[in-house]
Amino acid sequence: MECASFRDQWNATFILAEEDHTLANALRFTLNQDPQVIFCGYSIPHPSDAQVNVRVQTTEKVARDVLKDAGQHLMLRCQHIRGTFDKAVDNFRTKNPPDDHPSQNMDSD
Amino acid sequence: MSDFDSEAMADAGVENPKLPPHLELRRTRVLCKADAPTSTDTVQYSGAYASLGVDNSLRFDDFRNNFRVQVNRISHEDMEFDMVGVDPSIANALRRILLAELPTMAIEKVLIANNTSVVQDEVLAHRLGLIPIKVDPRLFDYLSENDTSNEKNTIVFKLHVRCAERGQRLTATSNELTWLPKGSELLKTSESLTSTSKPETYTSFTCSQDSMPEFAGNPISVYPDIIIAKLGFGQEIELEAHAVKGVGKTHAKWSPVATCWYRMLPEVVLTEEIEGKKAELLKQKCPANVFEIEDLADGRKRATVARPRACTLCRECIRDGDDWEKRVSLRRVKDHFIFTIESTGALPPEVLFTEAVKILEDKCERVISDLS
Ligand code: SF4
Repeated sequence: MECASFRDQWNATFILAEEDHTLANALRFTLNQDPQVIFCGYSIPHPSDAQVNVRVQTTEKVARDVLKDAGQHLMLRCQHIRGTFDKAVDNFRTKNPPDDHPSQNMDSD
Repeated sequence: MSDFDSEAMADAGVENPKLPPHLELRRTRVLCKADAPTSTDTVQYSGAYASLGVDNSLRFDDFRNNFRVQVNRISHEDMEFDMVGVDPSIANALRRILLAELPTMAIEKVLIANNTSVVQDEVLAHRLGLIPIKVDPRLFDYLSENDTSNEKNTIVFKLHVRCAERGQRLTATSNELTWLPKGSELLKTSESLTSTSKPETYTSFTCSQDSMPEFAGNPISVYPDIIIAKLGFGQEIELEAHAVKGVGKTHAKWSPVATCWYRMLPEVVLTEEIEGKKAELLKQKCPANVFEIEDLADGRKRATVARPRACTLCRECIRDGDDWEKRVSLRRVKDHFIFTIESTGALPPEVLFTEAVKILEDKCERVISDLS
């Protein structure tokens, strides 16, 4: 990852290569919820380049760490989503036993 | 856990004041008016309500307490579930990953030995590409530019159909695609023929795929009964199709879902009592049959909202003048998603979703490791 600004550590633009709205929008959301962040936004400079620029401006912590925190937070959320989802599926399965369609055996996880 | 979490938790000791109801409504609901929906955005900024003394920041504990998943329907090829307590940015990220970034196997290269059908070679190849292959893509590697095709990255199918000179015309379907676990059978016609070396084929499998534990007794098949071409008398197609791993971003044929979408939970609220004729009228207006008539003890009839989930937001009930818009309030809950996944058959839908979440996790991990 490149950091496009070296002048001051609290206002930085990060370039995420090979990413798009999928990650950038989720990260922007997570960053915006952090009280340390006074501004956060992202842009895709050109649609045929696979990269996004994420702008982060912070108060106390340096932007780099704040972005890292946001990544960690998003990951924690994902793990929680995954766990909850798996439980919900199991729950549903025990309540409604599957019909024995042959494709049901495909389930591997 | 990071600092701002613990900070938020320290704050949590003090009761976070509630937003006034009109703001809370705009924060949590999309309001669907007769001309256009309003308050469609989500308030993300942590300090958005700072002047009211309300903290809008992220609290992982709150998320954990509020997040809920409920499965409504599940089968081997589709599922519907409610995902509650999550921001649209995350729901949308998962939807985008399901559509474009989860790998599957799809036919990428077609070697045509003979094609006298009316379907041109390139159209035929394209049609073949779109046939879903029922195999777990996690068992395969990507085939990169300089790799040779081997049993870990390629699946080979053969199609050889011929319509007889008389009798019935023939419809070639995907059932006719036969799996070649030993790899390609077509020989490369080149100088190598003159040399003494063994004739080469278009793949170099070191072992037969059906000897691998994953596929022993579980042959790779494609989605059945898809029409590939219709053959006239004497027409023939002979070809070999090589399937490789890829993602929907590159070409939609690799998308593991037929489609995947979510809608926000509709909320229909009657802001005043609707009785008698008006109630009948309201029930009649709604094509999705959302309303029901309730008989009151004193013989009056009153409209109730019986099936808000069925609402399609056609806004028929608030047409015909301002009055109706005042009586019926149509809303959507911003953090309640009714998520539907239709798998093409490679993986069951619930596995697709967990895999999608894992991909988002990997993305986060990459950001974190890049910054460390
Ligand atoms: S918006 Fe349409 S579907 Fe929804 S309650 Fe009104 S009339 Fe029925």
